[in-house]
Amino acid sequence: MTIQPYRRHRRHRRQRHDERPNLVLAIGAGLFAVGAIALWQARQRAMRHHRGVRDSAPGRTSRRTYYNGLAVTGRSVTINRPRAELYAFWRDFTNLPQFMENIDEVEVQGDLTSWTIRAPAGRSVLVKTRIVSDRENEQIAWRSVDGSDVETEGKVMLHDAPGGRGTVVEAVIAYRPPGGELGRLIAKLFQAEPEVQGRRDLKRFKMLMETGEVSTADNRKPD
Amino acid sequence: MRALTYHGKHDVRVDTVPDPEIVNPRDAIIEVTSTAICGSDLHLYDGVIPGVLSGDILGHEFMGRVVDTGRDSTLKKGQRVVVPFTISCGACFHCQKQQYSACDNSNPADTQDLTEPVYGQALSALFGYSHLTGGYPGGQAEYVRVPYSDVGPVVIPDGLDDEKVLFLSDILPTGWMAAENCQIEPGDTVAVWGCGPVGLFAVQSALLMGAAQVIAIDHYPHRLDLARRMGAKVIDYRRTRVLEALREMTGGVGPDAVIDAVGMESHGLAVDNVMDTVKQKVGMGADRGHALREAIMACRKGGRVSVPGVYGGFLDKFPLGAFMEKGLQWRTGQTHVQRYTKDLLRRIEEGEIDTTFLISHRLPLEDAPRGYDNFRNNQDEWTKVVLTP
Repeated sequence: MTIQPYRRHRRHRRQRHDERPNLVLAIGAGLFAVGAIALWQARQRAMRHHRGVRDSAPGRTSRRTYYNGLAVTGRSVTINRPRAELYAFWRDFTNLPQFMENIDEVEVQGDLTSWTIRAPAGRSVLVKTRIVSDRENEQIAWRSVDGSDVETEGKVMLHDAPGGRGTVVEAVIAYRPPGGELGRLIAKLFQAEPEVQGRRDLKRFKMLMETGEVSTADNRKPD
Repeated sequence: MRALTYHGKHDVRVDTVPDPEIVNPRDAIIEVTSTAICGSDLHLYDGVIPGVLSGDILGHEFMGRVVDTGRDSTLKKGQRVVVPFTISCGACFHCQKQQYSACDNSNPADTQDLTEPVYGQALSALFGYSHLTGGYPGGQAEYVRVPYSDVGPVVIPDGLDDEKVLFLSDILPTGWMAAENCQIEPGDTVAVWGCGPVGLFAVQSALLMGAAQVIAIDHYPHRLDLARRMGAKVIDYRRTRVLEALREMTGGVGPDAVIDAVGMESHGLAVDNVMDTVKQKVGMGADRGHALREAIMACRKGGRVSVPGVYGGFLDKFPLGAFMEKGLQWRTGQTHVQRYTKDLLRRIEEGEIDTTFLISHRLPLEDAPRGYDNFRNNQDEWTKVVLTP
C-alpha cells in the first residue's frame, strides 16, 4: 500500500524528464551491472582457488553449502539438561512432533521410520529413513531409503557442555533440494526449508527440555 | 475483554478482544487492577520500534489478581501479584545466572528469527512490546496471560496499595539496576541524563547506594523539581552548557559514573540530534543518541557508563575514541527485573523507597489513548499515568 504512490510518483517524474538523463541512467546501470558481475566472478574464482587452512570450524559453516550435490545445513544448541535425558527423548521418534512443527506424522517400524513432512504450498512429502548409527547418549544418524520423496541424511550428536552447562546438541542435515537451488529458495520463502525449520526445531527442543513447554505468545489455545 | 491496542503511529485505541486462557502448564491468568504507561511505550507510540503490528495489545507495567492457574503454576487464585515486564523461564543458562532479560526460551522460535540476524543472538521476550521480543499481548488490558508464572510474578502482601508496588514491574528495578551498574564508591558523583521515571528512580537509587552527589539533567521544570526533591542537584540543558557545568561541579574531574536514562529519542536542538532526528524520520537511522554521546564526553577517565535507555538499531558520530582512550566501562541491558524484586519490595515495605510521588495522573483504561497523548506531549506535567481497567 505504501509502495504504490511511490511508484506512481517515479513514473510521473520520469515522464517529465527528457531522454538524456534516461540514457545516462541506463549507461550507469549497465556499468554497475558489468562491475557487479565481474566482482562476483572474481570472488567465485578466488573461492575455488583458495583452499585455505584446514581450520577448526565445523563443515556446515563452510562458505561452500553443497557437498556431492547435497545441501548441508546444521546447527548446535546448548541445553541445560543431562545428555541421557535428551538422548532418550530424541531416540523415541514419536516424541519429535512435539517440537518439530512441520512433521505431521511419524511411523516407526523397526529401524525404518516414515516421516510425513509439510512442504511449501500446502503439500506434504513422505521421507523414509533408516538408522545407520545409534550410539547411546552420543549420536543418532539416519539416511533415506528407496521410496523416500527426498534424498537426505543426517545426524544428531550430543556431548557434555563445559563447566556443567548441560549438553551441546548438534544436528546436521544433508539433502538434495527438490527443484534444485531455486526450489530451496522457494522453500525458504515458505519457511519450510530444513535450515529454517531445523533452527527453530532445535530451539523448541531446548524450550521443551528446559521448561517443560514450548513458548508461545498466543493468548488462546489453537482450535 | 477491553484492551489498549496499537493501530499505527500515534493511534492507539481501546478495543474489545478475546479473553486470554491458560495455554501452557506454567501459565496463570491475571485480572489487572493497575497498569501504567511506560516511557518506552512512547517509542512504540512514535513508531520508532520495528515489529509492532496493528491490533497488538500494549503495556508491560501491570499488576493484578490471579484468576486462573495452569497445572504447573505455583500461584494461587486470589493472590495479588506484580508481574515483571521481562518474561523469563527460570531454567536456562541465563536465567540461572540471574540474567533474566537474556532468557533463551521465552521468545517463541519463529520470532527469534527476527532478532538473531540483526543482533547476533535472539532477544528474550517482553510483555506488550514488539514482535522482535515475542509479540506477547500486554498489560494495558483487563486480563493477561502470564507465562512461567512460577518464576516472574511477585506476590504482594495485603495492605500494600497497588500504587506503592506497581513500579516493581519495570521502572523501579530499572532505575535501581542503572545505579547498580555505576558501581558506586564513596565520594562518587553520578550524573543522570533524563528525569523521566527511570531517571528519577536512578537518582533515588544512586543516593541510597551512597553516591556523594547526584546531578540530574533535563529541561522540564517540573521533572527537574522532582529530581531536586529527591536530593539531586539539577542542570537545565536549555539554560546551561552541560559538559562545562559537570566539569565545574566535580572539581574539574567529571562525574565518576554517568547514566543515560533517555534512550533513542533524545530531545533538544544540538547539531548531532537534529541530524539524527532527520535520519530517524526518513528511516535511515533508528537511534538518536545525543544524551549517550554527551554522557561519554562528560564521564571522567576510567569512569562507568550505565545505559538503561532503550536503543534498537545503529548510532553514528559515536565518540568511540573518547570511550576507549578514557578507559570507560559500559554496562547496559534490559532490566533483569526478577533479580531485584524481592529486595525492592522489602525496601518499599520498610518505607525506605517511595514510588507514589511519581504518579501525576490516574485514568480509567478507557481513557488510555488520552493518557498516551498527554504523556508524550505534556511531559512536564504528565510524569506518570496509571490506568485502572
